[in-house]
Amino acid sequence: MEHFWQWFSGLFANWGVVWKNFDYLLVGAYPQGPLGGLAMSIVMAVIGIFGAFWIGLAAGLMRLSKRPWLSWPALIYIEIIRGTPLLMVIFWFYFFAPLLMNQSVPETESAIAAFIVFTGAYIAEIVRAGVLAIPKGQMEAARGSGLSHTQAMVHIILPQALRNMIPSFVNQFVSLTKDTSLAMIINVNELTLAARHVYTRTMKAPMEIFLAIALLYFAICWVLTAFSRRLERRMARYQARTSHDR
Amino acid sequence: MNYTFNWALIFSGEYGRWFVDGLTVTLELSGISIFFALLLGTLLTVLRLSRVRPLVWFSAGYVEFFRNTPLMVQIFFWYFGSDPVFPEFFKKWLYQQNIEFATAIIALSTYTAAFIAEELRSGILSIPKTQLEASRATGLTFIQAMRYVILPQAFRIIIPPLISQFLNLIKNSSLAMTIGVMELTYMARQVEAHTFHGFEAFTVSTLIYLSLSLLVSFIINQYNKHCLHIGSRR
Repeated sequence: MEHFWQWFSGLFANWGVVWKNFDYLLVGAYPQGPLGGLAMSIVMAVIGIFGAFWIGLAAGLMRLSKRPWLSWPALIYIEIIRGTPLLMVIFWFYFFAPLLMNQSVPETESAIAAFIVFTGAYIAEIVRAGVLAIPKGQMEAARGSGLSHTQAMVHIILPQALRNMIPSFVNQFVSLTKDTSLAMIINVNELTLAARHVYTRTMKAPMEIFLAIALLYFAICWVLTAFSRRLERRMARYQARTSHDR
Repeated sequence: MNYTFNWALIFSGEYGRWFVDGLTVTLELSGISIFFALLLGTLLTVLRLSRVRPLVWFSAGYVEFFRNTPLMVQIFFWYFGSDPVFPEFFKKWLYQQNIEFATAIIALSTYTAAFIAEELRSGILSIPKTQLEASRATGLTFIQAMRYVILPQAFRIIIPPLISQFLNLIKNSSLAMTIGVMELTYMARQVEAHTFHGFEAFTVSTLIYLSLSLLVSFIINQYNKHCLHIGSRR
């Protein structure tokens, strides 16, 4: 038992390193230098999910279209991205954005572009499933009342479908928040790279440092997950009520 | 864009071999990890469904923590910071292995186990309770009822999500390159660094990942169709 306590207290002896560098983990060198750390991770996740929403919405609706020239490109995009590791997509953008644009692209920008394109494919599938979940009668009734297909989609189907998709969007946001840690591979100074910097600088307390940032990620993601679970339950209740009316 | 393609280079000499080696490591890593992840995931599910409160809390906490932290951080934790956590005999054994490969297996299987535990739990919970009650009433013991009635149904439900977890694992194994495991992504970067023909190198490795995952999802779809067929026959 004594051994255990010795081992256990030894485990957590070096938190000082974490506290001394805590502001670096949170915002990087921010007031003096560029933004980094957790703040950078959050900025990338927020911009990423916002961009991915629009790409995903477009790709999801294209995928649902009956015109092959619209649905095929969307299908190919979705399948390729979903079958490829995010790390690969990040490398693609990192190495080829400069070639395509004939000028250097900062790492942060190319990482965000990769996140948008990657997450867009997953959002497209959410959008597709969400639209398909709306009963067919809704579209038929809207068309029957004289709306065009586009009008029916924009005013009748999408508002209902998007509301049901909110929990899935939150889950995707959680995934993206975790995935921003991969941007470290191309030297974006987000939370994970900041932690590695702290470790290489001090060469001390790797367990405390990586545990600390794991807890930071966990705090954000868990709160969001719990929130989305609550939303899901509320959606289920709402749907149970409306399907009763039907 | 002034870039000249040279596809022949990628398949010439050593480079073709590198891709094959990388794919082999990716498959080994994923195969071994999925085995341990299934074991650990099943254990976690059993704990979660048990009636012993502390075990339930442990399992739930494990699943929440591993699902809500990035795999990248977990890999670094195991690689740089796990030293004080492991018991002496395990460390001795571990340091005789290929340490990067072993660390990647630990990280990937502990991470994936959390997801597998969730799938398994929801699979078992989705079987109506009356199934168990009815089979107990016909005279089967609890274990027999599990073995012949509940689990066959639960497994049929969860095999497709399990296979897609395997698919995720294959893709996640690319992160092992950050600690120097020479898997497919690592090799693609290696080829890029040697030839400066990144376009070709990343195309080849992307195509390999893509065909792997298309193959796996083809299998899922076939299985689903097969199940639907069985369902409609009854």
